[in-house]
Amino acid sequence: MIVFLLYAAIFALAYVAYRAWQRSRRHIHDFDSLKTVTFGDESAVSPNRFASVVSIIALFGIWGAFTGSVITPLHVPGPFVGDTSFTYTARNAAGETDQAVAHLRVYRVGEDVDLPEVPVEPNGFADDDAIKIGAWRSALARPNENDVGGKEDGYSLVAIDGQPIAPGETVRFSDGEITMTNKGSLSIKPDKGWQMEPIWLPAPEAVLGRLGEIASEGYKNFSLWEHLGSSLGRVLVGFVIGSIVGIPLGYAMGLSDWFRGWFDPIVEFMRPVPPLALIPLIIIWFGIGEEGKVILLFLAALWIMTIAARAGVSGVRISKVHAAYSLGASKWQILRHVIVPNSLPEIFTGARVAMGVCWGTVVAAELVAADRGAGMMIVNASKFQLTDIVILGIILIGIIGYGIDILMRMAERWLVPWKGRG
Amino acid sequence: MGNLVIDDLSMRFDLPNGGSVQALENVSLELAKGELLAVLGPSGCGKTTLLNIVAGFLAPTGGQVTLNGNQVTGPGAERGMVFQQGALFEWMSVRRNISFGPDMAGKPQSETTPVVENLLRTVGLQDFGDKMIYELSGGMQQRVALARCLANDPDVILMDEPLGALDALTREKMQGLVLKLWKETGKTIILITHSVEEALLLGERLLVMAPRPGRIHKEYRLPFAEMGVGRDLRLVKKEPEFAERREEILSMIWDMEEEIMGRQEESA
Repeated sequence: MIVFLLYAAIFALAYVAYRAWQRSRRHIHDFDSLKTVTFGDESAVSPNRFASVVSIIALFGIWGAFTGSVITPLHVPGPFVGDTSFTYTARNAAGETDQAVAHLRVYRVGEDVDLPEVPVEPNGFADDDAIKIGAWRSALARPNENDVGGKEDGYSLVAIDGQPIAPGETVRFSDGEITMTNKGSLSIKPDKGWQMEPIWLPAPEAVLGRLGEIASEGYKNFSLWEHLGSSLGRVLVGFVIGSIVGIPLGYAMGLSDWFRGWFDPIVEFMRPVPPLALIPLIIIWFGIGEEGKVILLFLAALWIMTIAARAGVSGVRISKVHAAYSLGASKWQILRHVIVPNSLPEIFTGARVAMGVCWGTVVAAELVAADRGAGMMIVNASKFQLTDIVILGIILIGIIGYGIDILMRMAERWLVPWKGRG
Repeated sequence: MGNLVIDDLSMRFDLPNGGSVQALENVSLELAKGELLAVLGPSGCGKTTLLNIVAGFLAPTGGQVTLNGNQVTGPGAERGMVFQQGALFEWMSVRRNISFGPDMAGKPQSETTPVVENLLRTVGLQDFGDKMIYELSGGMQQRVALARCLANDPDVILMDEPLGALDALTREKMQGLVLKLWKETGKTIILITHSVEEALLLGERLLVMAPRPGRIHKEYRLPFAEMGVGRDLRLVKKEPEFAERREEILSMIWDMEEEIMGRQEESA
């Protein structure tokens, strides 16, 4: 909630600041800036690059601030780490009271620390205690155990730092809270602050560090490049086979009523079935090896490419075909020189969708069962609470998916420049 | 030779509800080589159906079309077609569009290139040969369509409202171009149009068709096409005879439309 409010505040502040800066600047009179109606005019709305940059900086800034990262100068308060203590008051069976100090050492989980040293306290029946607690954790302590008569009935703790306490109640001490359980133990919770614990959300530099580590040493017997490469390889093989089968099938469906009638029920039925729903069947039939994954991706790409090719053929203007016939072209020449180029824009649109679906499907399939791959890497890391690897994997999957889309769009612009201008 | 004979053509479509539509009834016509025939008529008079039968895209239910003594049974390179719009191949350059016919026939580049260059000059696109189709204006695209058709050297050119989508000024320029190409190449041309003025300007012969069933209503022989070759077409339009004919044909079509409306009201 705090994170969301902070994000909304940055959004609003950046907008106000940007507007103010804009107003102070001399205006450029390009076509869009002279439009008085921009609300509802889609063509006048292009992404504000300044906003994009601020947005990304804000995301990393918030991430850093809430994880105590080195990349941000400001942090939200972190958990208490270090030595602290509280004084407790105990009453023995005889009704006498005495005070002793519990010395706490709060350390970062993973570090090796000793118990704090306890000075010898000669007088009274209550003795000092030493307790160590990991940051963000809590500890259950029975400070009376080492006291003289502390295990006898009628011996109880009555106050913390002078504040009276009873079973079920909670009091604060200087650096945290203490709750007394029903059985009289103390549950000590040092302040957690607002920062996230690394096993929930590691700092950006920790994720980056993991990238370096996995890139050089690999993860689970395979290098990072083998993980990502095998995912990409499966997508490419599945997509290529799907296209090799799907595009001619789509053409046949667009050109022959028999093919159309024969395959329409199959295609229309298989199209809305999410490829993920096929994973269990694929595993039963083909096992968890490469073969099953390629077949799954082939199926994911097949229907999309078939429908794209079919739409491409159906979308050819009859006057183009008539013109070609009137110019003396044969059926084969019309297919080669009119129908195929005319359907390319549709096929490219289909290919973009298919690559996106295949990429999502391969990750999901690897989550279920695989010995390597981006999906396998993150699901395996999550089992060992290696959150930094999980986040790293998600980021890499996103970057690769985005990269695939950009490459497809570049190829489209290069290969079918007439798209949408026919 | 070079003559087109349309002999007692009938066209009847069956409708899904069991009825049928008589799109053409007993249409007969003979065109000598080099004649330019304009076909005019209200919507539904079957003029596009007639053109599609001559082109070979439709088989008539009665009668036949013969060109140079050969019966038409399907589309062929000897009958070129110019469409209203969108029939160019936008994945090819202007040059490759124009050379499409010869290329498909497997003619060598050395033979085709001078023809294409010559046509580019004839239609005034000499600087646009390497442009893509989508980079051209509508008028320029129709120039390419004309050149593409001529590159194939057909005996008959069939034009289905080729200038229908152009603005008035471009249209006037293109009408001059059609006349010029007709005179220079001596091709037989059938031109379908919605515009009475265009039919009068371009048609050496003018066919007015009537709807339901589609049939020939009246035929004219006109002097204006001959008059207009190489001249400002606006001067032709100022001729008193031109205005007279225009009024006559307009009221003829007006009456047909009235009749259709009346019949529709009756049946409704």
